Amino acid sequence: MRPRSITQRKTLNGVVTLIAGSAAVFGLCMLVWILYTVVSRGIGAINWDFFTQLPKPPGMSGGGVANAILGTVMITAAATIIGVPIGMMAGIYLSEFGQESKFANTVRFVANIMMGAPSIVIGVFAYTIIVLRFGFSGYAGAIALAIIMLPIVTRTTEDILKLVPNTLRESALALGAPEHKMIFEVVFRAAKSGLVTGVMLAVARVSGETAPLLFTAVNSKFWNWLMVGETGNLTVTINDYAKSAFNDQNTMAWGASLLITAGVLFLNITARLISRDRKAKR
Amino acid sequence: MAINIEQPNISQRPHKSPANKLFRMLGAACCCLIVLVMAGIVIELFIKSQLSMNTFGWGFLTSSTWDPVNGKFGALSSISGTIVTTIIALIIAVPMSLVVSIFLVELAPEKLSGIFGTAIELLAAIPSIIYGMWGLFVFVPIMGKYINPLLSKWFGNTFLFSGPSSSGLGILTAGCILALMVLPFITSVMRDILMMVPPVMKESAYGLGATTWEVTKDVSIPYGLRGMVGAVFLGLGRAIGETMAVTFVLANDHTLSSSLFAGGNTIASTLAVEFTEASDGLYLSSLVQLGLVLFLITAIFQIIAQVWLKYAGKNGGRS
Amino acid sequence: MSEVIIQNPKISVRDLNFYYDGHQALKSNDLDIAENRVTAIIGPSGCGKSTHIRTYNRIFEMYKGQKATGEIIMDGENLLDPSIDLIDLRLRIGMIFQRPTPFPMSIYNNVAYGLRLKAKTSKNELDDKIEESLIKAALWNEVKDKLHESGTHLSGGQQQRLCIARAIAVEPEVLLMDEPASAIDPVGTAKIEELIEKLKELYTIVVVTHNMQQAARISDYTAFFFEGDVIEFGITSDMFSRPKKQQTEDYITGRFG
Repeated sequence: MRPRSITQRKTLNGVVTLIAGSAAVFGLCMLVWILYTVVSRGIGAINWDFFTQLPKPPGMSGGGVANAILGTVMITAAATIIGVPIGMMAGIYLSEFGQESKFANTVRFVANIMMGAPSIVIGVFAYTIIVLRFGFSGYAGAIALAIIMLPIVTRTTEDILKLVPNTLRESALALGAPEHKMIFEVVFRAAKSGLVTGVMLAVARVSGETAPLLFTAVNSKFWNWLMVGETGNLTVTINDYAKSAFNDQNTMAWGASLLITAGVLFLNITARLISRDRKAKR
Repeated sequence: MAINIEQPNISQRPHKSPANKLFRMLGAACCCLIVLVMAGIVIELFIKSQLSMNTFGWGFLTSSTWDPVNGKFGALSSISGTIVTTIIALIIAVPMSLVVSIFLVELAPEKLSGIFGTAIELLAAIPSIIYGMWGLFVFVPIMGKYINPLLSKWFGNTFLFSGPSSSGLGILTAGCILALMVLPFITSVMRDILMMVPPVMKESAYGLGATTWEVTKDVSIPYGLRGMVGAVFLGLGRAIGETMAVTFVLANDHTLSSSLFAGGNTIASTLAVEFTEASDGLYLSSLVQLGLVLFLITAIFQIIAQVWLKYAGKNGGRS
Repeated sequence: MSEVIIQNPKISVRDLNFYYDGHQALKSNDLDIAENRVTAIIGPSGCGKSTHIRTYNRIFEMYKGQKATGEIIMDGENLLDPSIDLIDLRLRIGMIFQRPTPFPMSIYNNVAYGLRLKAKTSKNELDDKIEESLIKAALWNEVKDKLHESGTHLSGGQQQRLCIARAIAVEPEVLLMDEPASAIDPVGTAKIEELIEKLKELYTIVVVTHNMQQAARISDYTAFFFEGDVIEFGITSDMFSRPKKQQTEDYITGRFG
């Protein structure tokens, strides 16, 4: 038996820590680089006009993306209105009634596969089923986004409701409350901040989506308050302007990138703060 | 003392009032809707690809001719582009994610790991088109000017790195951007898995005089191995279907080339670029069939990941 | 403090204080641990008994915000001294946890784990050492035909004895046991108690337990902890028959805790 040197083992430990640390720093630097690029190139495009004006024709400077901002907000809101209630009801069913039944497990399985489906395929689906019949519209885009949201909201709702202890449900039922009241007045209240966090993360996720909108909402240079026909939106605007040969439009694309990144990160950070508060209270 | 709380089966509760019944049925209906939408996607894509299927048969998958002008469509270049970019992304991202997640959970000082951890989760949330923008405007010039010429100088005589490289566009660049895009995602899943290793397991290894690295290598990694493989599958699914991060830098080239410097296309990028241009029924049908192929590939990987993770769950994450 | 004087204690604890995030969990503990004897630490939950033994091998240092001050003298060295090598310390002081913690590897590799860290060992030496440790841990007969099967498939009691075999394979001088039988069925518990009796010939053992009958059965000395204080220390039989302090009597007669 030859004793192993403790110093050697500690040195190996240090070396591994160093390598892993450098990898982490490298990865973080790459990602900080991306964020820095977005901010430094996008900030130049941000001004009052950016938020209030319609896009100028190619080659002309100035103008803004006001219609696209409106479009993104409306499409995301419509998707949320469609996707969240359905997703939540499904999540409630899975957590409160479905349990380990075959039906519930099938739904879970399907929802998981749907969560992994590429968003562009959902766009294709929305195209063939809606656009081919009714033409391009913000609603087609909203439905595509709602389909993406649906499984996410379902699974998070279920996960969060499952964290609520059963004793709480039992005491509500023992007082004679009917199930739906028990769920909305007791279980939901206990799970409130978790549910809000889950919904916000789902909204953040779809608000940055581009692929499902490419051939549903498409894009437009004009106001479209009704979302009928081609509807301007930020992400497809980025896509169009990034490929443009005009520098002004490239800059606009960076401005829009900054705006959408800031929005998504804001939603994420807020959602995390809400759930952290809940953890701190417990 | 271990306390076992037996969760009673809630579905056994009485539910007699009509409001309750309605509520239950509504929930069940929403669940059904999920299944219906899923079935709808498969059926709809299948129906709309009929024209292409009937015209090209299995040849659709084996032909690399993509000629909208003459109405000849084959998916081979798209499929191969999808596979190659995904492989490049995973070769880079998986070891990096593993090392970074180990660093965050086991090796880093607590404060640092908190900051890094949050940063990684936020970065996983950044929309993919942002990665695409950065790729096109920042990374492509760097690849074209520095990295590609260097690779060309060192490995230019091998088939992977032959041919012109100065544009910076192409399969390799797309794979690298994809890697960067899935890195935070895989890292955060792996981190969650490593954090689930019970502290008492680690304590007992430390109690035998193991160093941090030894504890990680011998206890934490084996304990979480199955979950980590599941994480790789999830990352794989993301990389395969990713659209916006790669579309800008691929040059949408349908010729098949062995060189990683060559332009190319993935299924997703072809859909993104060509879908609105599809002028006739056959073109559109071929694109829809591409979408169907992509959906089936990701669904297969999802199913593998699901089954794998379920099995891992049954074993408490242990091998 | 103690009425009993331990001659040449293996470990002497003097003025040991412990803090979790500023909250004091141990208050100036003094305790002597007799060599090759079993010392039991009893007391209501939350009294600091686990915390106390977790300072001996400094396993608490895994977590931030935990701090110990004072002296734990073993063989003339203060174990809390920053210059003490943690790896070496933990080779000298083994620990068994409340829940069995077999590593996700084979029975053989579980026992070999500490040995392989400690030294480069030939296959034959390793085989002998593993057999010896498993025999000492009274597990050999049950596992000798399945040494290469996973350690996680054994019963709870067997897993715990596997952990004991793993700990004694590296030949520690002291064994710390943190409620070693609390998560195990009565038959398994009896086997572990029997084992502790035998092991004290070779090792100095400190057992934390909330089970007073167990303390009475297996230990030579007993320390009663309450709210971070060592209330009473003495020979086990004396303590259970004639407790000197009111709190001790209240506890062992079941008036609280």
